[in-house]
Order: sequence, then structure tokens, then C-alpha cells
Amino acid sequence: MKRATKSTVLLVAGCLACGLLLMQSAPASGEAPPTPLFWLATSILALLAVQSIRRMAALDAARIYGTMTAALFGVWVVYFWQLLVVAFDVPRVLLPPPSLILQSLGSHGATLWGDFVQTVLRAVLIGWTLGSGLGFTVAVAIDRQPFLQRGLLPIASLTSTIPLVAVAPIAVMWFGFEWQSKAAVVTLMTFFPMLVSTLAGLKASGRLERELMHSYAASYGRTLLALRLPAALPFMFGALKVNATLALIGAIVAEFFGSPTSGLGFRISTEASRMNMPLVWSAIVVAAVTGSVAYALLVQLERRAAFWHPSVRES
Amino acid sequence: MTDPAMRRRLRHFSVQGLPVAVMLLAVLLAWYVGTWVLNAPGAIERVLPPDGAWRWQDLLLATMEMQRPVLPAPHQVLLDFWSGMVDWPLDSPRNLLYHVAVTAESTLWGFVMGTLLGLVLSVCIVHSRTLDRALLPWIVASQSVPVLAIAPIVLVILGSLGFAGVAPKAVIAMYLCFFPVTVAMVQGLRSPQRIETEMLHTYAASRWQALWLLRLPAALPFLFPALRVGIAAGLVGAMVAELPTGAQAGLGARLLTGSYYGNTVQIWSALVMSALLGLALTTMVAGVERVVLRHRSHA
Repeated sequence: MKRATKSTVLLVAGCLACGLLLMQSAPASGEAPPTPLFWLATSILALLAVQSIRRMAALDAARIYGTMTAALFGVWVVYFWQLLVVAFDVPRVLLPPPSLILQSLGSHGATLWGDFVQTVLRAVLIGWTLGSGLGFTVAVAIDRQPFLQRGLLPIASLTSTIPLVAVAPIAVMWFGFEWQSKAAVVTLMTFFPMLVSTLAGLKASGRLERELMHSYAASYGRTLLALRLPAALPFMFGALKVNATLALIGAIVAEFFGSPTSGLGFRISTEASRMNMPLVWSAIVVAAVTGSVAYALLVQLERRAAFWHPSVRES
Repeated sequence: MTDPAMRRRLRHFSVQGLPVAVMLLAVLLAWYVGTWVLNAPGAIERVLPPDGAWRWQDLLLATMEMQRPVLPAPHQVLLDFWSGMVDWPLDSPRNLLYHVAVTAESTLWGFVMGTLLGLVLSVCIVHSRTLDRALLPWIVASQSVPVLAIAPIVLVILGSLGFAGVAPKAVIAMYLCFFPVTVAMVQGLRSPQRIETEMLHTYAASRWQALWLLRLPAALPFLFPALRVGIAAGLVGAMVAELPTGAQAGLGARLLTGSYYGNTVQIWSALVMSALLGLALTTMVAGVERVVLRHRSHA
């Protein structure tokens, strides 16, 4: 290990140890009002924390250090959030401390699991699969119809500027309060990005490669399978990733318009109106983790499926 | 027909406009068919004489003129849309334009604030290695997280701090605009080639001059797509912010009251209006883009 690396690791470890010590003090656990000594210690620790992040960021460009810097920053943000919120005795309605959010995450585990099943495993997963699948199917189906493509593409591109979530009340009327209406909204929201991206991807193969296929006397279907669909993979994965986030947003927002008594969006809106903020925050944690995990999974899948593509090889 | 400009325009229409027009006609036709099919059971049950003394023409007419249709016919939506705009004074909450103004106001405030915040932060990120490595990964990661979900929290926090009206909605629209703008601007500010930055360095240009003369102009083509994404996201945010706690005005509130009272036609006209607002806002950004970038070549 290089000297700079070693001293940085020592500094970070020292700062974290000081932080743990400070966390044990009476004001940090809310037992006593903050004393001047506590303020002094907190200010010094803040300076040290900034310094530790700066030192970490100044290390060489290796990827692992970048991740660690971001992680360290996250740790310090959560740490000071906890410390200051408890010390200042900020009302829970405004901002609950992270420990309380964690506690609520644990104590309402069963409820949140039910919400997760309702929103993610039913509405999002089914809607996302249907919407992306339909978008893909339609794009391939109209691949040989330039007239339809020219007609559909401008309309499909324009839908990205339209707040499609607003169809939620209509979906609720048609499909009821259960997850079917949310899945319908998600299907509608994810259909157009997939359609547009697949159409763009099918045009992405190079002229040389297409002419090579032509010189092999390859049929339309053969060219599609062997050349054009693989070349479209990065575009399709791009749309799948965008759709994963869109689907979560769609399902959660659609639940704001009316839902059965479970679901992440339902939990967020009802508990917010009951001022039970720790539970709201834990529902958001569940949604955020779901979004990140879905994204990471899709990235991994893309690495497997399109390992040969320059955009994948570079990263 | 012999006029070449006219012929060119005609050709352009047959290549570009005709397919879209045909598509829209098909949608309209499908809508009417859908109206007929979906409303038929309700019409048979509630409108037509119960003894079965009606012809299919009566059924067709009845499905087009339902009071509370499952799917309102396009002309019903259009009529409601039109009467919603002209039948009431502009400051009446029954006027659709009033709700549009409310939503557009908070969207635009949020858009302006979010864009400014994103610009400032991206400049800081580009000039600070610490911010770049500590903060940027979180902002990029936030793109895969449904950040809209914290809107109710923002409403509660700002509400208990005593803010009401435009401010909470604008804040939600702001943070939704902020993320895409920051990510795109960081990318854009870094887009100048090494050779260009080094040339400015040999001119002894300061950081600010390099920013102003090279980085910002280079970032503009990255900025505008992000602004289009941002303003669309901001509109959704503003509408979602109008949903809870019985908001009085705005397209989101209009949607919600429509769904409370089962007023389908009102929901549909609010939906059409929000689509038009989204298009108008994006067109505005695209117009600014065209003016600002008009001297650029298409390379």
C-alpha cells in the first residue's frame, strides 16, 4: 500500500472512531441538552469528516476509491443527520433520525413486505413486463412497415412530454382499486419508451454488416435474429432501465389516486397524512432500494447479453 | 401544382404528415368503437327502454351521449374541454384555464429554480474533485430511484413550516428538474476536447474564462435535452403535489375531484389539458433551444 493510501485509511478510521465516541455522549442520545463542549466536538468532527473525504477523493483514480469516497460521504451524511437531529431535538414530523427510520423498518417489516409484494411484485413487475414486451413486439411487427413507423414514431416520442401518470384515475375506474389498475398505468408508461428505443436499435446495425448478410443471401428473419436484434440490445436495455424507474414511479403515484389498503404509494400517502413520518421514510427506503437493485440487475444482465458491444466493454 | 415549392411541401406532407394523420384518425376511430363497446352495457341498463324496444341505432346514439360514460366519446371530451375554457370567468375554479395557470406557475417556478441549482452544482462538481467523487455518484444513482415518492414528505415538511400555495409544489418540481440537469451539465461541461482546454491554458485563461468561453458553450447541446426531460418531470411533480390534502386548484386536483365524483368527462378533459400543457412546456424549451443554438452547425 502506498503511503498516501495508508495515511488516508488511518485518518478515515480515526475520524470514524471519534464519531463513534461522540455518538456515546449524552446530547447525542437525546438525554441532555447540547453543551458548548458538545458543539466544539461536533465542529471539530465535521472539519475532520470533510478532510477525510477530501483526502479520500484525492487518491488515485482507481474505481474502488471512487466508490469508497461516495460511500464515505454517504456515511457522514447519515451520521450528522442522526447526531444533529437528536441533539437539536428536531420534531419527528420534520425529519426523523435514521435510527428511528431503521427501527420502523424493522418493526413494520411485515407491513412493508406486504406493500412490496402489492406494488413491486404485482403492479410493477407485471406492468413493466407487459409494457416493455408490447413495445418490443409492436416495434418488431412494424419493422417492415415504413408507413406505420413514420406515423407511430412521432406520436410515441411526444408521449414522453405528457404526464401519462394522470390516466391513473381512469385506470382505477376501469380496472378497480386492486393492482390491475396500477399495472395498466405502468404498462402504458413503459410501452412507448420501449417502442421508440427498439425502433432506433433496429436501425443501429451498420451498413457493412447488413450488406454482408445480404451477400450470404440471408433471409429477413435470419438477418433480424443474427444481426439486427443483437445490435439493438444496448438500445433495448437502455429502455428497460428507464422503464424500471418509470414503472416504480407510475405504480407509486397511481396508488396516490386510490388503492386497496396496501402498497408502497398507499403507505406513503396515508402515513404522511397521519404524520407517521418514520414509516413513510422506511417505505421510501424500500422503494429506493428496489429501484437501485432493479437497475443493478439490469446492468448485470446487459453485461451478460451484450458483452461484445463497445459500450459494455469500455465500462 | 406546378409550383416547385408547393410540390415540395406536398411531398413533405405525404412522407411526414400523412402517416401521422392516418395514425391519429385510426386512434380516433378506435376511440369511437371503444366508446360504443364499453358503454353499451351501461346504456342498455340505464338509458334505453327496459322492454327491449330499441334498435341498434338507438344504442349507438345512447352510448355517445352518456351522462357518466365508462369511456366518453371524443366529441363529449371536446365539448367539455371547450365549455371548461369559455363558459366561466378566468378566475373561477370551474374554468380549466385557471387550473392550467396554477399548475404551470408552480411547474415553471420549480423548473427555473431546479435548473439554476443544477447549473451551479454542476459547475462546482466539475471544478472540485472532492464533490465529483463524493456527490456525483449519489446524484447519478438517484436517477434509478423513484424520487417522486418523497413528494408527500416535502409537502408535510413545508406544510408544518408554514409554507402553502405555490412554494411546496415548486419545490417538488424543482428537485425533479434538478437531477437530470445536473447529470447532463456535468457531462456537457466535461465534453470539450483536451486540446481545446489546453489551448485556453496556453492563453493563460483563468478558470472562469475557460468556463465562460469554452465549457458552457460546449455544454449547451447537453443541457437542452435535460431541460426537456426536467420540465416534463417537473409537470408530473407539480400535478402529484396537487393530489393530497384536498388541494383546491390545479390539474392534479381537477383529476382527483373528477375521480371522487365519478365525473369521467371532467377527468378526460383534465387529462387532455395536462397533455397539452406538457406539449406546450416542452415546445417552449425546444423553441429556446432553437434560438440559442441557431448558429451551430448540425455536426
